[in-house]
Amino acid sequence: MSDPVIKVEQVHKWFGTHQALDGVDLSVNTGERIVVCGPSGSGKSTLVRCMNGLETVESGRITVNQIDLAGGTTAVEQVRKSVGMVFQQFNLFPHLTVEENLCLAPVRGLGLSEIEAKERAEKYLKRVHIPEQATKFPLQLSGGQQQRVAIARALCMEPKIMLFDEPTSALDPEMIKEVLDVIAELAADGMTMVCVTHEMGLARAMADRIVFLDEGQIVEEASPLEFFDSPKSDRTKQFLSRIL
Amino acid sequence: MVIVVVLVSWVIGNTFDNLSTRGIASGFSFLQSTAGFGISTSLIEFSEASSIGRAFWVGLLNTLLVSAISVALATILGFAFGVARFSGNWLLARLAAVYVETLRNIPLLLQIFFWYFAVLRSLPSPRQSFDLMGLFFLNNRGFYVPALEIFDGGGWLLSVLIALLITAFWQRQQKLISRSCSGMAVLLLVLVFANAGISVPVLRSFNFIGGAVLSPELVALVIALSTYTAAFIAEIVRAGIQSVPRGQIEAANALSLSNKDRMRFVVIPQALRVIVPLLTNQYLNLTKNSSLAAAIAFPDLVSVFAGTVLNITGQAIEIIGITMAVYLTISLAIAMAMNAFNRTTAMRGLSP
Repeated sequence: MSDPVIKVEQVHKWFGTHQALDGVDLSVNTGERIVVCGPSGSGKSTLVRCMNGLETVESGRITVNQIDLAGGTTAVEQVRKSVGMVFQQFNLFPHLTVEENLCLAPVRGLGLSEIEAKERAEKYLKRVHIPEQATKFPLQLSGGQQQRVAIARALCMEPKIMLFDEPTSALDPEMIKEVLDVIAELAADGMTMVCVTHEMGLARAMADRIVFLDEGQIVEEASPLEFFDSPKSDRTKQFLSRIL
Repeated sequence: MVIVVVLVSWVIGNTFDNLSTRGIASGFSFLQSTAGFGISTSLIEFSEASSIGRAFWVGLLNTLLVSAISVALATILGFAFGVARFSGNWLLARLAAVYVETLRNIPLLLQIFFWYFAVLRSLPSPRQSFDLMGLFFLNNRGFYVPALEIFDGGGWLLSVLIALLITAFWQRQQKLISRSCSGMAVLLLVLVFANAGISVPVLRSFNFIGGAVLSPELVALVIALSTYTAAFIAEIVRAGIQSVPRGQIEAANALSLSNKDRMRFVVIPQALRVIVPLLTNQYLNLTKNSSLAAAIAFPDLVSVFAGTVLNITGQAIEIIGITMAVYLTISLAIAMAMNAFNRTTAMRGLSP
């Protein structure tokens, strides 16, 4: 097996006196699709946010593409260029049109010309099935459309890895499917993904591996089949019985 | 209602009675009479033989000049200090904080006196001027700067250049992320210089000739107004930046935008929603505060018109009335312009 593309080693993270991550080890291989789940406050969002340096860790080591995230600003910026992120609250830039949202980082960060960036934006808007919304502003779109724009915005950087932090939790129920479909399509195309979600349907359908977190520790790591049908730990059984 | 009408008509009748018993003329004919006094700083031709009406325009233009320069400088300084308060550099952030707390807590009039009496009037004479690159000279007679002299045919080119710059700026506002190309402007600038020359101040015996001179009063007033207002603007900019949701900054970080790009393309444009309405207040305050010019005898509207002219003619009602109306007009014009800017730029993307 090749070297893992993301390697998390013995990571500890505190928010004040609250310990969010307590000795987490995790490696993600190229093309692998990981779903991270667990009760709220278990540290799953924190874990994903550590993977592109949005949070710093107190101890332990995280490397992405063999770059250590503790290596200062340039290392973090380099990692972020190859890691796309999708947030629960979309976080689109409301003062920019959809197209400008998609072009900003490729033009400023990757040095693409405006024409190249627009072509790329068009390509990825088609991929998330909303090419006709390019000239609109984010607030003119529905939640589901906004989240798909956010996915397209991350894809415009042509990342090697995509991180999803509860991408459907802020959506109305009837809009969840359109976003999940897009994520599932990405997974089918072989994108390396780490996804925090409560959507067990998504986990079952696309995950290669499910990581179950509780109180900052990885309680169980298993394939979807094992995880849903024969969970080992009691904590997992309890969690599954409550949500399924 | 009846009481109000009776009261107003009594006040008006009483005023006219008193004016006629004291032999004070009323009406606006005084505007045509000869001024009989000189004005130190003037943007237009003015001599003792000019009319009082012209003195009014001199004062008004000086007020507008001081306000325009100070607004521009205060905005630049204010944004610089406001952003500096978020700097990772501890010293820079602290300096910005100290600047704000000092400048905004000392009365403006005192600051004007400080810059005028303690700094500019205490500068050395022209022979010992502070010399910046042989182009700018600072001494107790003022600030000598190179001036653009336009020959025949240069005038319209200059106007084209200005128009072009405004359009370029507008387009940049409309297309936020484009890299602007100002090649055309540079080309036109060259053309302007082909038809124009730059006059550099040169020391001759006791004073400078050539170039242009900004009087110590003007310089002191501009420095005091702009640095004072900048302290308030810095606080407004800080509040604006803090109002931008955390998620926006995280999204910009996740897209690996540099700190500078994140500030310029994500944070500041959204901070403007908070900043612009408050900035309007500061611009209005600055313009109105420019009337403190009278304290150091800079010939602004209040000093010339509501001061000198009022003393000569004694027609207080007309003169104060006109002066108030002028400030009201300027303020409303600024407010309208800022509201238009707010609608088109700051609120971009918010109204469906």
